[in-house]
Amino acid sequence: MHAVELDNLVKRYRKNPKPAVNELSFTVSEGEIFGLLGPNGAGKTTTVGVLTTRVLPTSGRATVCGVDVIGQPTRARQLLGVVPQRNNLDRSLSIRQNLLFHAAYHGVGRAERTRLADDILERMGLTDRAGEKIEMVSGGQAQRVMIARSLMHRPKVMFLDEPSTGLDPQARLFVHDRIRDLKADGVTVVLTTHDMDEAAKLSDRVGIVDHGSLLALDTPAALTRGLPGSTTLSVTVGLAGQDPERVEAALAELSGVERVERIAQGPTGPPGGMPAGMPPGMGGGAVPPEVAARIAAAAASAGPATTGQFRLYTADEPAVVLPFVLKTLGDIGTEVSGLSIGTPSLEDVFIHLTGRELR
Amino acid sequence: MTSPATALRTFNAVLWRDVFVTGRELVPFLAQVLVQPFFTLFIFGKVLTSMGYVGEDYAAILLPGVVALNGFLGALQNTTMPLIMDFSWTREIEDRLLAPMPIHLVAVEKMIFGAFRGVIAALVMVPIGFLILDNVSWPASAWIPVIVIVILGSLVGATIGMTIGTLVTPRRINILFAVIMMPLMFTGSTQFPWMGLEHVRWFQVVCALNPLTYVSEAMRAELVPSVPHIPMWINLVVILVSIVLFGAIGIRGFLRRAID
Repeated sequence: MHAVELDNLVKRYRKNPKPAVNELSFTVSEGEIFGLLGPNGAGKTTTVGVLTTRVLPTSGRATVCGVDVIGQPTRARQLLGVVPQRNNLDRSLSIRQNLLFHAAYHGVGRAERTRLADDILERMGLTDRAGEKIEMVSGGQAQRVMIARSLMHRPKVMFLDEPSTGLDPQARLFVHDRIRDLKADGVTVVLTTHDMDEAAKLSDRVGIVDHGSLLALDTPAALTRGLPGSTTLSVTVGLAGQDPERVEAALAELSGVERVERIAQGPTGPPGGMPAGMPPGMGGGAVPPEVAARIAAAAASAGPATTGQFRLYTADEPAVVLPFVLKTLGDIGTEVSGLSIGTPSLEDVFIHLTGRELR
Repeated sequence: MTSPATALRTFNAVLWRDVFVTGRELVPFLAQVLVQPFFTLFIFGKVLTSMGYVGEDYAAILLPGVVALNGFLGALQNTTMPLIMDFSWTREIEDRLLAPMPIHLVAVEKMIFGAFRGVIAALVMVPIGFLILDNVSWPASAWIPVIVIVILGSLVGATIGMTIGTLVTPRRINILFAVIMMPLMFTGSTQFPWMGLEHVRWFQVVCALNPLTYVSEAMRAELVPSVPHIPMWINLVVILVSIVLFGAIGIRGFLRRAID
């Protein structure tokens, strides 16, 4: 049985012709940490809303631990825990009372909920503040209290919506550790985020959604591996007396190299491994013509470039083509002075799939 | 499906939370519901009667109406205001929407609790009225029917409060008082017997549309039966129909706000 199962889920809001969630299907296995990644407005929160019985889908099916969240919402609520994006703690109660009342709503007996509250407050580092009013707690503490609260009825599946947005690094790391603890305790975790590092670090598998549809679903490592032409090898070479065009052509002929890009040339090229930045022509518009002319004159008087940097886009692991690159460069008599390998991040995958335009 | 026992247990826990919180905020709560009716009783029942502008027997007509008003309006405000806050700003209610009980029961709980606060607001007003006003006494035999009427009147207020609270957007909260609360207060036949309006026919018709009129009339039917009043059975039928009607509209509104 899957911890979470979505089957052709569609959600259309009344005033919006475009569906917020569009035929979304995926499953989450028991005990897994599943990251739902997507830009703002991609449909992540709506999807979690359906799974946590707060949003009624237009069509499709959704289950949590085999329980239909649409047909049996009350039953489903006993199995799932929710940590929302915004602080929705009960401001009339203390931290401890928030936990105790939550457990009471879920029918946890008095003795047991007292014991459980003490235990969870301790684990979340909140014991000292247990009696404080919610108004007094900071954002990071509120997040911890909300996680603590959701644990009070021992859910089987936890939904965390943007769990570390707006937290300082310490609080973030603490939340990340607690999420890993959940997994260790056998709780399935579904988290939404637009933070790539967080998704890559925590998730066993990541689903990337945009415009309500699933674009990719795999482990973070497989997703970055699958990104076409993003694995790069940058070489910096000495160009004494060499024609850069010839070097470029020689490198391009190698098998396994999809494309070669000449990044910079000059007496002192940028250090290897620096990202391509802007293509040569791009900054031109900002430079006044007379300045550009003077730069060109200076470059000409310096004679031919002494070093050059090339970026090779490889089909496979850069390590595979590296020996051939070195051999070719040696054959044509150029000296290698710098090498670096660039692997794509989840962010590259994300941008590749969802585009660059702002939401 | 979850058993009714689970839902009932959850319902009780949710109700207990509200009672628990009220217990700790008793003083601000009483200040909220007592100051305005205190001045109404003092000015109209004491100052104006002692100056001779108003007949001495007016105090006996005014007190039942003010008690009815306090129950009705107390219940209405204590249902509407927390709802508007909850749905727009604090989102506190989400923890209860995620509790294992049908969501319409959360709405029912909010109305019952609002009515509970209304009943307290009404009953606390009674001894205050006796202290301020001269020559007012209620027969012991009337107490049980009066308490029943106060409870029913508070339930009407709470169901209307649920309807308003789920219909009014937070941005409109400031016109809520001017456009809805004030007319409800002054067309509820609380300060005058409805039967006495026959010379202002249009206003009598307007007052007949306000459910509060029937609560006030029912109170006076018990406490000052000599003053002409709407027959008790009509009062009770209108009160019960209002509870069912506004309760249903309120629950629908609540579900719309609670589930996307």
